Amino acid sequence: MKKKFKCEVDCANCAQKIQDAVSKLDGVEEVSVNFMTQKLTLTAADDRFDAVLDAVAARAKQIEPDFVIVR
Amino acid sequence: MTAKQRKMRARILAALALFAAAFAADRALAPAAPARLALYLIPYLVIGYDVLKKAGVNLLHAQAFDECLLMTIATAAAFAIGEYPEATAVMLFYQVGELFQSVAVGRARASIGEMMSIAPDFACVETADGAEEVDPEDVAVGSVLIVRAGERVALDGVVLSGESWLDTSALTGESTPRRAAAGDEVFSGCVNGAGTLRVRTTKAYEDSTVARVLELVENASEKKARLEQFITRFARAYTPAVTIAAALLALVPPLLLHQGFGGWVHRACVFLIVSCPCALVISVPLGFFGGVGAASRIGVLVKGGNFLEAVADCDTMVFDKTGTLTRGEFRVTRTIPADGVDERTLLCAAAHAEASSAHPIARSVLAAWDGEIDRARVTDASELSGFGMRALWDGEELLAGSGRLMERRGIAYTPCRDSGTVVYVARGGAYLGCLVISDTLKDGAAEAIRDLKTAGVKRTVMLSGDRAAAAQAVADALGVDEVHAELLPADKVARLEELLARGGRTAFVGDGINDAPSLMRADVGVAMGSLGSDAAIEAADVVLMDDDVRKLAAVVRIGRRTMRIVRENVAFALAVKFAVLILGALGWATMWLAVFADVGVTVLAVLNSMRCLTLHK
Repeated sequence: MKKKFKCEVDCANCAQKIQDAVSKLDGVEEVSVNFMTQKLTLTAADDRFDAVLDAVAARAKQIEPDFVIVR
Repeated sequence: MTAKQRKMRARILAALALFAAAFAADRALAPAAPARLALYLIPYLVIGYDVLKKAGVNLLHAQAFDECLLMTIATAAAFAIGEYPEATAVMLFYQVGELFQSVAVGRARASIGEMMSIAPDFACVETADGAEEVDPEDVAVGSVLIVRAGERVALDGVVLSGESWLDTSALTGESTPRRAAAGDEVFSGCVNGAGTLRVRTTKAYEDSTVARVLELVENASEKKARLEQFITRFARAYTPAVTIAAALLALVPPLLLHQGFGGWVHRACVFLIVSCPCALVISVPLGFFGGVGAASRIGVLVKGGNFLEAVADCDTMVFDKTGTLTRGEFRVTRTIPADGVDERTLLCAAAHAEASSAHPIARSVLAAWDGEIDRARVTDASELSGFGMRALWDGEELLAGSGRLMERRGIAYTPCRDSGTVVYVARGGAYLGCLVISDTLKDGAAEAIRDLKTAGVKRTVMLSGDRAAAAQAVADALGVDEVHAELLPADKVARLEELLARGGRTAFVGDGINDAPSLMRADVGVAMGSLGSDAAIEAADVVLMDDDVRKLAAVVRIGRRTMRIVRENVAFALAVKFAVLILGALGWATMWLAVFADVGVTVLAVLNSMRCLTLHK
């Protein structure tokens, strides 16, 4: 399943860093954090999607405390 | 300004006042070192506490070389060597720069968003008891929508009743409105001009034109241009390299030369401040995003920064003839009556001979005749396959067809050497003359080819399945450099590959029907007249929503302008940063200069990138 979320990310460099870090997480098939459009696009297996999204949000928060995913 | 930005502005003003007070107190009272430190620490903490906190958090998670961490180290080091005002000012101006940057990027994002504000807010669905406004995403396929004057069509569909004009400019950049009446297909994103329309939806919202267009533009910033990829790689290496250089600068020379640390730590601080690649990391994608946005404003979708770059570099443009440069509609372009026959007699005879045929040639002959067709006078019409038509008109034999038909019937005729299809007409054994039928050029096709030349495309090539003479005639009329005719669909791809092998970037322009392989094979595939054609939108890299070839040159210009602006930014940012690094290493750069090299350059680069959004005719 591929889904798009609105997110708040403050700088282009941060977006890149978050993307690099969360793409290494278990269960993440593909992820992109777009600074310009302020969108996070996540592809993960249907049955684990919510769990993976939680993990992504948690890891992103570690890297950038300001990062918020609007669900 | 967002709430976050307003809060930051208040903090900056407060810190600025405190800083001024500290500076004045420092001058007037000349307090002892610990008191001075305390004096400057107040504004420093007011403005920088979040940076310090972030730096700490990042340190815990081993996120080395973070911007906040670098600023923290740089300012802490400045405090350590006794440069209190500098340390505070560096933090202050860093935050000012960040705020500027955030506002500028927000503006750019908003103006692109505005441009893309084609998304309908609601759909008005017809129900048993009147109408109900719902979210477009909740409308089922087959529902009936009511679109009043001034409202946006929310989903693709077919008009059931009503008559109006639709403004398609948000989608196609075309300002002439389109007529819509019962039975016509309408596309989401268009604005209803006058009357109320009832529309039966044929697609769900996510498959509708407007949703697909928005999706493409949003995804465009994910497909990165080569220059963008280079910047990403460069940024990854640049920051660690400069940080290591800073550490070496602070430690090695003092130890080797047995000098004090102070001066060298100052130089290292300059390094740390300019170590952030933000100017590049922000302005380059913003430039491409702006370019893609500018193109979408004239009704051209560019599916990624990489394709904008490719269009800008494109030096060969290959066109499919029919449907791209010509209309693909056959028309009588010339009538040549025989001696003593007038034009109307010729056309009238030809039209009556062809009246019962459904062949495209017959259709165009009929279209050229503006009089009535008197079917009662025509009897025994039959098609002579491969030759033409035969019929009886008031008992006289009417013939319309190829030269071979005339020869078989022993009719003396004057062969015509024009390119195109020639229909010879005879009545009662007497030759009346001939009609030349050919494809017509699209409006502005010649202008488009000329424009492309001025925009910098070196070579234009036309591929056609037509006979060589017909293709050459079109090429001559348009000023195309090279023609390859009599090609089967499969040959077109092969010919395109030969052109690709000659080197240089090559674009292929087609109408999206049957030319998907060529669209995919070329460096840039351009499909045109694609509003509503999913297959073309899928296969192409650049999509002209309407039929206007002239927009090609405009896209090439937007691409080139975007590349120029982005390159300016890269050159400017790198030049300033390296200059400050060199001056810093030599001990000639102040921290003030370093802050300018970091945030000042970023703000200037962002402002420059925003120029990509504006259109130039």
